[in-house]
Amino acid sequence: MTKRVTQGPAGYMPQSAPSMGVELAPKGQGLLYGNVVTEEEAMRDAAIALLTMANPTIFPGPQILWDWKDDVAEKAAALLELASEIPNCKIIPMPDYRPKYPKIDVKAEINPNHPNLTILDNKIKACIFIGVHCHYANLTLRMIRAGTDCYTIALCAYMGHEEAMASINDLHASDLRKFKEIIIEERKKLGIEWTTTEPPRNPSLPKEDNSTLSPVDYGEYRSLIMTKKGEHVTDVE
Amino acid sequence: MSYERPKLVKTFVDINYMLKEAPRKQHFITGAQAMAEAVKRANVDMAIAYPITPQSEVMHLVADAFHQGHVKEYYRAEEELGTMSAIAGASRAGVRLFTATSGPGLLRGLEAIVSWSGHRVPAVLGILTRVVNAPLSIQPDNIEMAYMMHCGAVMLHAENQQDTFDMTLAAFAIAEKVDVYIPVAVATEGFFVTHAKGYVNMTSDELALTPFDAIAAPVPAMDNETPPARIQRDAPVQKSNFMSYLIHAVWQQEIWDCNKRAMKYVYEYLGGPIEVQNPEADVFVVASGCAAAQAREAHRTSRELGLSVGLIKVRAIRPFPVDEIRATVKNAKALIVPEHNIIGWLAQEVKAAIPNGGIVVGGPRVYGGMTLPVELIMKEIHTALGLEFNLKL
Repeated sequence: MTKRVTQGPAGYMPQSAPSMGVELAPKGQGLLYGNVVTEEEAMRDAAIALLTMANPTIFPGPQILWDWKDDVAEKAAALLELASEIPNCKIIPMPDYRPKYPKIDVKAEINPNHPNLTILDNKIKACIFIGVHCHYANLTLRMIRAGTDCYTIALCAYMGHEEAMASINDLHASDLRKFKEIIIEERKKLGIEWTTTEPPRNPSLPKEDNSTLSPVDYGEYRSLIMTKKGEHVTDVE
Repeated sequence: MSYERPKLVKTFVDINYMLKEAPRKQHFITGAQAMAEAVKRANVDMAIAYPITPQSEVMHLVADAFHQGHVKEYYRAEEELGTMSAIAGASRAGVRLFTATSGPGLLRGLEAIVSWSGHRVPAVLGILTRVVNAPLSIQPDNIEMAYMMHCGAVMLHAENQQDTFDMTLAAFAIAEKVDVYIPVAVATEGFFVTHAKGYVNMTSDELALTPFDAIAAPVPAMDNETPPARIQRDAPVQKSNFMSYLIHAVWQQEIWDCNKRAMKYVYEYLGGPIEVQNPEADVFVVASGCAAAQAREAHRTSRELGLSVGLIKVRAIRPFPVDEIRATVKNAKALIVPEHNIIGWLAQEVKAAIPNGGIVVGGPRVYGGMTLPVELIMKEIHTALGLEFNLKL
């Protein structure tokens, strides 16, 4: 297989994978280094990367961080199961897409406008993006390929991503469980001892207490707070 | 006196059924009517317009369609920049959008239109081409398409009324694909197509495209009751540091990647970006829009005369069918490119697409409202074949 999309750094001004002729895989198939392969082949290569490269990390995006659609909770649960089978895996969310100024907390989150900061600071050599809106996922994956040597994996509910080294499309919870089983198989083949353990809590997040939330706690997002249909809110800022 | 719009009960169908399987009946209508009839069947949530002269009847007819209950909302903006800005704003709500304009109106709205792709606005824009140059005129001329060609939008160019109907319907489906999700412009010539009648095979207006799916999108819509959408779509990327510049650079790349991805849907819904007649020919007439109708006639006449002439009708201007044209003309000796504008934007595109651009004959060109007689094309064909032609007009 000719590897058309590989780990970077691709350089100052990266050429996009589609402009190099890479096309999205048909439904049910995967992309591996820019080539259409079976979903299992892509998952197996991705599994080996996650098991053998330093500081494997999962970057969940908004579409899987919030329970906003019927299938999301199950998918999120399956993702945690998958994470718990990857030795020393971390989870660092991409909760939104706004640039974080003056400085992002690289231990707490990743951001599509400057993703390299989180990748480089945490010395992440293999990562999964899941639940990130496709536009921002493509930008992020390309910037990571431009400036780092990180192996990127895209798990996409829609059509996949040309920029990732391994890409799975039309993702459901069952696909995440299949990926988990492949990780366990490859881990055994590699002789890696591991007891199923969930990733550690995000160290930068304060303990959550939603019982006393007020509009002030929403900070710059407070203007976006809207009532639900029929709800009458008297407590305003 | 208030008027209550009828609540129409329609059968929702997908685009493949609508375009390829649904029964059709023949109608004799103008190009403007054909575009508005497509909008009736497209389940459009919102149409926004400033139907100034020179326009076509399209947005007036879409207003009628709103009145008849085919379109959910219709909004008359204050002028074209307002129209096109309102389209961008409305798309934040995650709805299906349509507008149309022409000539000076297009250029007035261009500042907003060129931002649509970057904002991932999957709207459909009808362009009914008119003169934009001074002196002021309202006559047909498609030079305005040259201004649209570099903003990232997908651009289709309709030859006739039937194309206008089919391409407008296909445009909604192409624009809304998650891997595309940029505007699709459907252009055709003012007067020659918009005001002239032709036969159009149309599906029943009791059918409508399946509703817009705001969830299947590459960017979040601003539905504030849906948590993942509590996110600003347009990151303020103008901060001065390297990564900010890079996000803008890769963002621009992404728009053109989206444009490139649209090609597979041009194949799926429209049969491909080009139509080729007589692929073994020595000389090809390459044309788009209503120039393709004249080119088709020149091709027919040439065949009757026993000349080795082929036809390439270009349906998609963006993404431009570079590979397809290059493969078709690899053995050609000359390419004649008739156009309805003075700069010859199609000839430039064709020249850039092939390794031997010297075989491209940039013309004949007519503009400012002039018609394109087939004899002008025949003259170029004869010259390219080394034959005499007595041009009489």
